[in-house]
Amino acid sequence: MIQLRINNQTHSLDVDPQMPLLWVLRDVLGLTGTKFGCGLSLCGACTVHLDGKPIRSCATPVSTVQGKHIETIEVVNSASAKAIQQAWLKLEVVQCGFCQSGQQMSAIALLTENKNPDDFAINAAMSGNICRCNTYARIRSAIKEAAKSLS
Amino acid sequence: MSTQLQDSLSIPTSTDISTDIDTELPDNISRRRFLITSIASGAGLTLGMYLSGCERNPDSTLDSKNDSTQEATKATPLPGAAEESALSDKPVLLFEPNAFIRIDSANKVTVIIKHLEMGQGTYTGLATLVAEELDAAWEQIRVESAPADASKYNNLFWGPRQGTGGSTAMANSFTQMRKAGATARYMLVAAAAKKWQVPVDQITVDSGMLEHAASGKSTTFADIAALAANEVVPEEVFLKDPEDYKLIGKPLQRMDSRDKVFAKAIFTQDVKLPGLLTAAVARPPRFGALVKSVDGSQAKTVKGVAAVVSFDGGVAVLADNYWSALQGINKLKIEWDESKAFMLSSSDILADYRKLAENPGAIARQDGDVEKALKGAKQTLSADFEFPYLAHATMEPLNCVVRINSQGCEIWNGDQSQTADQHAVAKLLGLQPMQVKINTLYAGGSFGRRGNPLSDYVLEAVKITKAYGKDNVPVKMIWSRENDMQAGYYRPMYFHRIRAGVDKKGKPVAWSQRIVGQSILSVFGEGMIKDGIDPTSVEGASNMPYAIPNLRVDLHSPKLPVPVQWWRSVGSTHTAFSVETMIDALAALTQQDPVQYRRSLLEKEPRHLAVLNLAAEKSGWGTVLPANRARGVALHKSFNTYVAHVAEVSLNDDNSYRVDKVVIAVDCGLPVNPDVIKAQMEGGMGFGLATVFSSEITFNKGVAEQSNFHDYVVLRMNQMPEVEVFIVPSTESPTGVGEPSTPVIAPAVANALSTLTGKRYFHLPIKHV
Repeated sequence: MIQLRINNQTHSLDVDPQMPLLWVLRDVLGLTGTKFGCGLSLCGACTVHLDGKPIRSCATPVSTVQGKHIETIEVVNSASAKAIQQAWLKLEVVQCGFCQSGQQMSAIALLTENKNPDDFAINAAMSGNICRCNTYARIRSAIKEAAKSLS
Repeated sequence: MSTQLQDSLSIPTSTDISTDIDTELPDNISRRRFLITSIASGAGLTLGMYLSGCERNPDSTLDSKNDSTQEATKATPLPGAAEESALSDKPVLLFEPNAFIRIDSANKVTVIIKHLEMGQGTYTGLATLVAEELDAAWEQIRVESAPADASKYNNLFWGPRQGTGGSTAMANSFTQMRKAGATARYMLVAAAAKKWQVPVDQITVDSGMLEHAASGKSTTFADIAALAANEVVPEEVFLKDPEDYKLIGKPLQRMDSRDKVFAKAIFTQDVKLPGLLTAAVARPPRFGALVKSVDGSQAKTVKGVAAVVSFDGGVAVLADNYWSALQGINKLKIEWDESKAFMLSSSDILADYRKLAENPGAIARQDGDVEKALKGAKQTLSADFEFPYLAHATMEPLNCVVRINSQGCEIWNGDQSQTADQHAVAKLLGLQPMQVKINTLYAGGSFGRRGNPLSDYVLEAVKITKAYGKDNVPVKMIWSRENDMQAGYYRPMYFHRIRAGVDKKGKPVAWSQRIVGQSILSVFGEGMIKDGIDPTSVEGASNMPYAIPNLRVDLHSPKLPVPVQWWRSVGSTHTAFSVETMIDALAALTQQDPVQYRRSLLEKEPRHLAVLNLAAEKSGWGTVLPANRARGVALHKSFNTYVAHVAEVSLNDDNSYRVDKVVIAVDCGLPVNPDVIKAQMEGGMGFGLATVFSSEITFNKGVAEQSNFHDYVVLRMNQMPEVEVFIVPSTESPTGVGEPSTPVIAPAVANALSTLTGKRYFHLPIKHV
């Protein structure tokens, strides 16, 4: 049995220890906010928070994250998270929206760690998240807007 | 037709998508009770399904003491559920004047959108048209995707076919949706006039309120809607003067933003249904390969796997979750018969294309005498252009949910061609088309891919479901990224040979452009090809705007078993590059400024000129830039929209390059939502920019060498330029913005690079300068 702590709930699950966290979240627990985009941690759509840090859940076997504090897009509500969400709405960041859970999770983790990220920091934190609609310019502006709103 | 009356975006943003609500009930009270019952029970079933795999924990917020209705409400909140008091207050449908508008007792106006929302903003744009003529408040507008029914929801440019593409959604809907809104307004006003015993022309409507100033009477839509439903639908209605627009032209908030930011939006990948099985697929390693034998015995031992099914096109493993299905795929032993499979490499194809280009092809355009003019030209220039296959690589790997039962076939999909898919599925299953119900969800990107003319991935999901053969068991086929990347339906590979000549003043007097590439439209049969010309192969070249007196464009359409398809901006993806870099090269040949050179050739094209001049002005064209930085310009009209880009490009010491900034000017007629337009210009540019830096599908002995994002390299945050968009004011009818920015960036960047390096670039991607 695998013991997981997800969104402040504990779960004891009879799943293969090799099963990626992404699929436990989506198929076992029904949390479909985190998306599948590539399966090789190349696109970032599967980003969740592990003890507050962004990880690619598609490449994370659940056995490696037992007992750790995992948060998904469905529950994020820190000051950074709210600032990011409001900035995303204000600047109309989304187009198709499929990458946006992952984008926000990466952005929230960035803002949590760095209150005033410059372009280099944004590039470093966000270049693992692909957006095929290419709404990158707005993501960048929204991160800066969110940082400003928190300062 | 589903009449779910959820508060917010009504294409499934909750898990309650299993229930179809009958609209034929005799009275409002029965309907209200039926709505309450069905929403509760539907959600309850779904909750039960996904909880079955895990143990409850005492800490869980799901209290087992509550009945399933309460659990359903807690665990899977309907969007906006917080705003609605209790289930017993579910809104009642009051007024449905046409196929596009419903007004309910909660005073919400639901606009039925016939086009697919794939990020391009069509839900917002089309809803705006209705809200404007209805004089509704934007806050009371909701949207719902239309059912598959071409008799009501056809694309008016496509005859009896419902579907989205060619950047036509706004253009074909502009009058239709405004009329729909105006019709509803007319009937609301007529009802109020009767009720208040006042003349119709004394009633004003503003932000969802009807008022009669003289008597002080007023009403919301909801309070007059039931009476309006008794009014005769008018044959003719007046539409507003654009001067009076309150919503059209404003950057209104998108209808889908909140759902997508708060992860409430349901994509096909997210669909939950009772008893659903997920299918992973083993697809042929080469086009034309067939399954010779399958040993699924090991696959069946994977926990969660329900079945291994063979179908025409591959083998699927069905399981109660995707990962187990994938483990099953990895344990399949498949022998493929590749005796008739495609075995060529890209270099083979290119060599064949070069050979074809030695000889004249079918004529797409012929003005004057090109050969004579070339001979008499003061200077001539020749160039061979090479363009690779391109994958659409939507963020959401293709997928589709299918359920077959005695009633027919029901599909959940980010569906781009409802009528085509309906007919293809009906034919496969021996059904009538209207027995194929399509729930059109959000698409996680399309860029043309989902509008596959052969309904490829939809049919594959149906075939798998049919092969599994269990009545009423829904199957969700999920393609892996590898499946998706290597399934074909690429933007074709192309080869262009251009020979151009200028006179002593440097003005182009001759232009011969020969294009070689697979025909996209031949998949429909030879009927779409007139005189050997597939218009999608030559658009952008055969109709180039430049005044060149001797102009010939001809075409070879070789046949290959590589499946090809339209890809965001289609023919323009290659013609804009070759035409715009060649024009720049001619300007450079005679030391003329590229912007001024184009101006001199566009005297009869005021809309081309306007975007060119706007982009030049806003980019500071001609002003000094730092060393190792240069500007490049490109101009292209596609789908009736005019776009110019000025790209600022820097050369690094190691000869890598970056695009620092792009200034975009666009003329798309009347701008319905300027922010959506800007977003499409920005995003379309980024989409095209990836093809400059890195994106390509190459074949090695019939196998695509790219399978995921490590080798099919697309644009990332650190490569995105700063971008500014300027919209030409216009009162012309609106034209599309989904595609027109994409083809313009590549030549703009190449032209900037040429200024920096002195070399010309004829191949995409440009990996080395």
